[in-house]
Amino acid sequence: MTFAARKYATRALALAAVASLAACAGKPKTAPVVTTPPPAAQPAQPTQPQARGPVPGSLEDFRVSVGERVFFDTDQYALTPGARATLDKQAAWLRTYQSVRIRIEGNADERGTREYNLALGARRAAAVKDYLVSLGVSTTRIETVSYGKERPLDPRTTEEAWALNRNARTALVSGLSS
Amino acid sequence: MRFLTILFAACAALVAAVSPARAAIEIDITRGHLNPMPVAAPDFIAAPGADPRVGQQISALVRANLERSGLFRALDQAAYIEKVVDINVQPRFADWRIINAQALIVGQTTQLPDGRVRIEFRLWDVTAEQEVFGLQYATTPENWRRIAHKISDAIYERLTGEKGYFDTRVVFVAESGPKTRRVKRLAIMDQDGANPSYLTSGDYMVLTPRFSPTAQQITYMSYESGSPRVFLFNIETGRQEVLGQFPGMTFAPRFSPDGSAVLLTLEQGGNSDIYRMDLRSRQRTRLTDNPGIDTSPSGSPDGTRIVFNSDRGGSPQLYVMNADGSDQKRISFGDGRYSTPVWSPRGDLIAFTKQTGGRFQIGVMRPDGTGERILSESYLDEGPTWSPNGRVVMFFREPRPGAGPSLFSVDLTGQNLRPVPTPTQASDPAWSPLLP
Repeated sequence: MTFAARKYATRALALAAVASLAACAGKPKTAPVVTTPPPAAQPAQPTQPQARGPVPGSLEDFRVSVGERVFFDTDQYALTPGARATLDKQAAWLRTYQSVRIRIEGNADERGTREYNLALGARRAAAVKDYLVSLGVSTTRIETVSYGKERPLDPRTTEEAWALNRNARTALVSGLSS
Repeated sequence: MRFLTILFAACAALVAAVSPARAAIEIDITRGHLNPMPVAAPDFIAAPGADPRVGQQISALVRANLERSGLFRALDQAAYIEKVVDINVQPRFADWRIINAQALIVGQTTQLPDGRVRIEFRLWDVTAEQEVFGLQYATTPENWRRIAHKISDAIYERLTGEKGYFDTRVVFVAESGPKTRRVKRLAIMDQDGANPSYLTSGDYMVLTPRFSPTAQQITYMSYESGSPRVFLFNIETGRQEVLGQFPGMTFAPRFSPDGSAVLLTLEQGGNSDIYRMDLRSRQRTRLTDNPGIDTSPSGSPDGTRIVFNSDRGGSPQLYVMNADGSDQKRISFGDGRYSTPVWSPRGDLIAFTKQTGGRFQIGVMRPDGTGERILSESYLDEGPTWSPNGRVVMFFREPRPGAGPSLFSVDLTGQNLRPVPTPTQASDPAWSPLLP
């Protein structure tokens, strides 16, 4: 992960939490707003949560303690070391909470054409899926979708925004205990 | 759908066509036109008993169409000297020459006993002092726009030697809401922006519609079922259906030039390849098999070849293959990234989106990759679609960062860039063939 990407990934956690809430507005899911996510570099302990942290196995636990998005370099779908670190935690969490099913959503920045970016988003989602499967998450629990450049996390037209918008989000679609 | 039903039920009956001498006035539209042909088109006369507004609206729309083409300049009615009172009497050519009119269009509307209106017009060559041709239509009064477009097409064709494109429609994606939660609806309108209507509700996102070249049918990509799928939409019946049972995301659909098949992209395990889906047999054929992204296929009008977008060489570029997928060759070698190729209905050119230097351009090149020309450029110019005569390209533009998208058209010459009015922000235009 480049320096810039690491920086934005940290900010992305907060943004992602807000955006996810918005995206889920139509569904009967509720989750408290996350105000102060830990830095991305800090190793989380999803299976041994802090006593006062989110409820283990909850959506909030996944978002805060694990991280639901990984980020990509321009035009790339290869996983960066930072992305792998997040996905390692996702895989451990998903091995603990076996009933949870996920949808991996691939996204691209706006500096490409619509159809090509749909294909690029699909590649990113597939890269994340393949990695999670290699870490023991059953392929039957995973679906993938590409939103191309249609669902930006950050609406601005800056390098920073584009870095945030090149991502794959792991959405928990069913099987949460609460 | 109601307005469409009316439109087709009331389709104009061509009553008579007279074509005397070959026009001496002609326009060569292969060149750019800095001096468009001056045309006089007084408001059509209303015969006793006819509603004068119908004729006024028709002639105003004919003037607007010709003017928008960039090939003609409609002279101000206030400058006209002769007041035409009978279209069957030869005009006083000297009066029209004084105001520099080269062509004169006169017309008349007559109320018919069955409720319809007869609309007739004559085109005069002012310089040669002779009639070029004239036509008559009988239609319902509310169908005046179609008739005005048909008259415009007839005049355009007679004066340029090329088919017109005024009696056509455009399907597009109407956009609203914030960028992070954009609502995208399928919408359709006349090519000049009139009669807009929505085809989908906005509950789910739709992208990249394309018109059938042969039927009142659209193919597009929708998230209606959650997973992205290519759909078919019958405009006349309103019926929508998923196209085929594919084991992955399907996107980037285009009808084959004969309308019998849809070319599309299927993504499986992250890899995108191009398939052909026959619309009758529903058989699918794989056309590319490459670890790179292969997408955005567009067939040549003769059906023999397909241009597509692939990043197999490291960046998105244009490739051409035979219709069966054989002989895949790269054709774009300029400095930049090329995508969304669309083969001209004339067969002679391929339009594309090009990214270079942080900007997006619309350009054209010959099918062998030579003769590249850039027609437009901005922060984002994307998604070209051809007028059915292959002379005008429509696309969508975000003129500067953060500005929403809207539609534009530009001549093949790169001149005559014009906004296309839409009720909301708009993207992904697709031009219909000439209406039947």
